[in-house]
Amino acid sequence: MNYEITHLDVLESEAIYVMREVVAEFERPVLLCSGGKDSLVLLHIAKKAFSPCKLPFPIMHIDTGLNFPEVIDSRNQLEKIFDCRLLVASVQESIDKGRVKEEDGPTPSRNKLQIVTLLDAIKENRFDAVFGGARRDEEKSRAKERFFSFRDEFGQWNPKAQRPELWSLYNGRHRQGEHFRIFPISNWTELDVWRYVGKENITLPSIYYAHERKVFERDGMLLAAEHVQSSPEEEIFSAMVRYRTLGDANITGAVLSAATNIGEIINEIVSTRLTERGATRADDRVSDAAMEDRKVEGYF
Amino acid sequence: MELLRFATAGSVDDGKSTLIGRLLFDSKSVFEDQIEAVEKTSEQMGADYTNLALLTDGLRAEREQGITIDVAYRYFATPKRKFIVADTPGHTQYTRNMVTGASTADLALILVDVRKGITEQTKRHAFISTLLGIPHLVLCINKMDLVGYEKEAFDRIRSDFADFAAKLQIHDLAIIPISALHGDNVVNRSLNMNWYGGASLLHHLEEVHIGSDRNLIDPRFPIQYILRPQRDDYHDYRGYAGTVASGSFRVGDEVLILPSGFSSTIIEINGPQGSLQEAYPPLSVAMRFSEEYDVSRGDMICRSGNQPKVAQGIDAMICWFTPDSFLESKRKLLLKHSTNPTRCLVDDLVYRLDINTLHREESVERLTMNEIGRVKLRTMKPLMFDAYKDNRSTGAFILIDEDTNDTVGAGMILGPTD
Repeated sequence: MNYEITHLDVLESEAIYVMREVVAEFERPVLLCSGGKDSLVLLHIAKKAFSPCKLPFPIMHIDTGLNFPEVIDSRNQLEKIFDCRLLVASVQESIDKGRVKEEDGPTPSRNKLQIVTLLDAIKENRFDAVFGGARRDEEKSRAKERFFSFRDEFGQWNPKAQRPELWSLYNGRHRQGEHFRIFPISNWTELDVWRYVGKENITLPSIYYAHERKVFERDGMLLAAEHVQSSPEEEIFSAMVRYRTLGDANITGAVLSAATNIGEIINEIVSTRLTERGATRADDRVSDAAMEDRKVEGYF
Repeated sequence: MELLRFATAGSVDDGKSTLIGRLLFDSKSVFEDQIEAVEKTSEQMGADYTNLALLTDGLRAEREQGITIDVAYRYFATPKRKFIVADTPGHTQYTRNMVTGASTADLALILVDVRKGITEQTKRHAFISTLLGIPHLVLCINKMDLVGYEKEAFDRIRSDFADFAAKLQIHDLAIIPISALHGDNVVNRSLNMNWYGGASLLHHLEEVHIGSDRNLIDPRFPIQYILRPQRDDYHDYRGYAGTVASGSFRVGDEVLILPSGFSSTIIEINGPQGSLQEAYPPLSVAMRFSEEYDVSRGDMICRSGNQPKVAQGIDAMICWFTPDSFLESKRKLLLKHSTNPTRCLVDDLVYRLDINTLHREESVERLTMNEIGRVKLRTMKPLMFDAYKDNRSTGAFILIDEDTNDTVGAGMILGPTD
């Protein structure tokens, strides 16, 4: 018997351990699912962690109303595939109720608005542990994130007052109204996620793979003409593209790609020279600390 | 691909961020948009060359103050290994961060400025690495370019460190002369130091043997969670879920359940990839036993011929983390050990350790933030543990303040109190 273990197996077992620890110690966990690859990996691992039991928590989608239709299609199948309860919290409802105000301008982003929708849903449902698929390699301010990330009663993250995390001994103690964000795949990189998707044969929304689409270029990003209004001087053209991240359709850029399967995507990532957020997310380009600022307020 | 976790430590100006930036850059783990952002910021700050340190300083406050506040985790991979780097700040007041980063590390990388030689900080970091049981230590003598890449300067530091290291238990030590700024001996062997016959840093990180670091001898399986499907097709199913802490478990093994002391036989092991014949660390699995006793979270599965210590009095080294309170005799705290939390009482602060001189100060009354000392604790229920030096998993615990809910200390068990 050799006791060798690959890095993906170590990361998978680590994530399972974290999820079981949360279910053992918290009262009302929920798993946030955007329909993107990271949250689908999380769901897949959750299923393994509690097999043959049903998932011991519901999953929740924050619907901005600006999602790619392919993502919504894939989300709508989750209940059946994973035999779990799906909650949908809607940003449109938050707007209608007057909790938030739509931004002005021709292409208003709902990226910041969804913080309120998320925090309201956490409060209403009295969730005390919220699983998310964030990874530390995604962005600089996330490099210091914990597996168990404490949020105060306002849902805020204080980067200077995080609990130290030692060994695999997590401290999830909290008072009523406070909650934790839990990041079981903290230690995974984009490449790890893709290798795992390939190894485990996980079904992802089709737009992760190369497809033909009408796009135009803005600030070095390719935006979908179908979802974003172009200006007269922005020329629309047809190209083979795929998405590396799935944010709202109006702020997420596609990349030129011929990769139609996992193997080709992995080859592309190995040779790419841009981070997934830098290449495709307008929301993180606003400033060097854009993500840090949103996280403090309670973002994912 | 194998996984290696390492912790880095160094003083503020030892070039640690530059070295990590260099490893990420040369292993092609940073991307053009990150480099561009760093180049832009370097220019704004008036630097002559691209400041690779900016790649790792994440939070706004850190960039503004030019310091690292918190442990940051970085990732890079070569075709041989995936690396997780716990990048810990070096300031004196951040011993707690070094302890945190070191707790999960297979290897510690300590930077020394060749012009300054071995400082108190170097000694402190080397000591913490051994206290936390990190099996491999790498001392990088940095800024060799500033002493003309001379062998004499390197040799002097090497022999100084050997004098100090004799007091510590270091199992595996490598000392490498480098220039993080220019890349000498970081990824490739340097042509400027032909007198150095060893491996480059990256080569060493790729090749150092970590397969034997896990404890595969003492079987320990802390019960984390019990799987009870409410389904007809799994009517009597009870799966005992957890992560193997050490040793190995096979289907058919007769095991002992603590604290009850009942014996049972493993009839099934389910891992992430399905049914397994054998489970070993750090796999997360679920086991089923032939006899169903009352087994709950916090129980420990072992073998009758190889059991952990079971006691309510423990002798441990503690690092204290908080500025808000002290560790002192008669203080009550929460203790989390494996999956088994309990209350505890500090019976006695035996001594405080001066981590610069390793001198034991026996007349002290309390430990304050970032101090390390030896204590005797009494727990409300029995702990099932091993000495930390034998088992980093069942020998470790954290201390929690019940009023603030903060994690206020880390403990490494020496053994039961007499």
